[in-house]
Amino acid sequence: MSVMTYIGAIGAAQQEAMSADERVIIIGEDVEANVYGTTGGGKQRAEKGDFVEQFGQNRIRNTPISEEAIVGTAIGAAMTGLRPIVDLSYSSFLYMAMDQFVNQAAKNRYMFGGQSSIPVVFRSAMFYGLNTGAHHSDRPYPMFMNVPGLKIMAPATASDAKGLLRSAIDSDDPVLTFEAVPLWGQKEEVPDEEYHIPFGVARTHREGSDITIVGISGSLPLALQAADEMEARGVSCEVIDPRTLVPMDTDTIVRSVLKTGRLVIAEPAHRTCGAAAEIAAIVADKAQHALVAPIKRVCALDMQVPFSPVLEREIYPTKERIVAAIEAVCADQLNQVNRRAS
Amino acid sequence: MIDGLSLPKDELLEMQRRMLRIRLFDERASKMVKRGYIPGTVHTSIGQEAQVVGACMALAKGDHMTGNHRSHGHPIGMGSPLGPLMAELVGKATGVCKGKGGSLHLADYEVGSLGESGITGSSIPIAVGASLSAQVLGEKRVAITFFGDGTANQGVLYESMNLASAYKLPVIFLCENNFYALSTPSHTVTGGRIVDRASGFGMPGVRVENGQDVIAVYNAVREAADRARRGEGPSLVEVMTYRFREHSEGLRINVDYRNAEEKALWTSRDPIILFRDLLIEKGIATADEMDAIDAEIEQEVEDCATFALESPDPDVSVAFEHLYTDDYKLENVL
Repeated sequence: MSVMTYIGAIGAAQQEAMSADERVIIIGEDVEANVYGTTGGGKQRAEKGDFVEQFGQNRIRNTPISEEAIVGTAIGAAMTGLRPIVDLSYSSFLYMAMDQFVNQAAKNRYMFGGQSSIPVVFRSAMFYGLNTGAHHSDRPYPMFMNVPGLKIMAPATASDAKGLLRSAIDSDDPVLTFEAVPLWGQKEEVPDEEYHIPFGVARTHREGSDITIVGISGSLPLALQAADEMEARGVSCEVIDPRTLVPMDTDTIVRSVLKTGRLVIAEPAHRTCGAAAEIAAIVADKAQHALVAPIKRVCALDMQVPFSPVLEREIYPTKERIVAAIEAVCADQLNQVNRRAS
Repeated sequence: MIDGLSLPKDELLEMQRRMLRIRLFDERASKMVKRGYIPGTVHTSIGQEAQVVGACMALAKGDHMTGNHRSHGHPIGMGSPLGPLMAELVGKATGVCKGKGGSLHLADYEVGSLGESGITGSSIPIAVGASLSAQVLGEKRVAITFFGDGTANQGVLYESMNLASAYKLPVIFLCENNFYALSTPSHTVTGGRIVDRASGFGMPGVRVENGQDVIAVYNAVREAADRARRGEGPSLVEVMTYRFREHSEGLRINVDYRNAEEKALWTSRDPIILFRDLLIEKGIATADEMDAIDAEIEQEVEDCATFALESPDPDVSVAFEHLYTDDYKLENVL
């Protein structure tokens, strides 16, 4: 095992995939100069030993600022023999290529009766909470969950990011990855050998008996912190990260709620029609009899992102908000603990 | 100079066959829409056969093509058999897309047809991608994308032309200029000539003024394809043509947006009659030979309609297939 950052793990996964399969290419804005730090073999600047040096400009290509053409070209290339990784940098830029995601990537295989497979990965990073203003801070993965035909991953740790990205590149279907920039510097032990993490398998970060907390992307570390705090107050928390949103391992979440009877879901996307809403609906459908309290969602408010740091931090889930949600549905436990204490 | 007329006789006759296939296939499809055998509607290529076939015949085996909403001619032009295409229009199990695409979404990967697109312009970068894979993998393939004069005003075309030119990709952008974006005269919504836009992207632009002449189209596209195959990059070919029928079958527009004189002029330039006359005049084929081809294709179209109508409906389970390459659990099924 060795310790890696979240962003370093993404770069390492790309490097392994590029070495393993000549059909894998990386295209995107500024990938040659390693501006975003994932095409430099662990280095933060383009220099000797970077991806261009290692794999050549035939396979590492800067693109014009033309998201629609970049995405469409990658789809066409994937349909005819390549396995492109497209670096779209900011998740907010995906909107520029919406037609290609929805009408080509998601539909071609289905419409054409299975004639095509589209092995392409679209990477983008959610730069939220970093004072980049309303045009660079979106967390738009729920919009794409609404498009059958796309697969979606939203890793929250370094080892998950690496293993899932390898699976995404090996997948014969189009995959969108949503990386959380607030987690880029987070470190985790990562296996030294190459490994793949399958899609549709949730990761249970801690086991507990009183409440299930689902933490997605950048909200996972907050959920774990909230769980630590509540554990000290006598509430046993189970924390689950679905890791991939399409397909989603709802069985693990439902099984957990059948055990705990309570559910709080935290995610950095907007509340309305978010991943949390979908999880809440599935649990209400499949584990309603086990629920002893309402399901609570801790999401970004249905509000645009303001610039000022003082204002921006009002928008997203925080540890305190997750704690408040847990308190709201665990009043019985907290009362018992309080009674015992007094 | 490329001269399509010097091609072997069997290739010239194949051009006529493919044009006739498109004409008679679309005439039959139109009737089948009216009689309710084909659900929805169809957009016919009647009148534009030379433009489609001249371009497709200028390609080689292994090349790729993407099309648009006027969408039956392109796979036929690439050599697709008619039965599975007609079965697709009817929505049968034997359809080329298993009944899941329909008229607007034909694709036949066997002949390099990567798919027609109901969203105009949407399939343009797909062809650019097919040319990128050729370049990266070092394969001598080229790709072509067909779009109309209306789509020539979509931004994605210019993003795609720029990217293709910057990378020197082996791709041909073919504008089928039939003068109208549905009912809107092209010149009223288009600044300048479409072909002139090529120079802005540093690529050759050629306009085929008589797009009813299959050889003229062949020559222009063959030159662009040869250039692309030599690694010299993309080209724009604008072909002036005319659709003889309404935008889509059954569409009734109260405004007569095309005047009678113009229609009469263009319908007098029927590409199939023009090519038949040319082959006979040049002594390449006899009238009897051309009559025999007419009869052969009439029978082919008759057979494809019978095949489509007699084919079984798709099993309903097919509605839930082909979303992903691996098994997928549908959450909603109770």
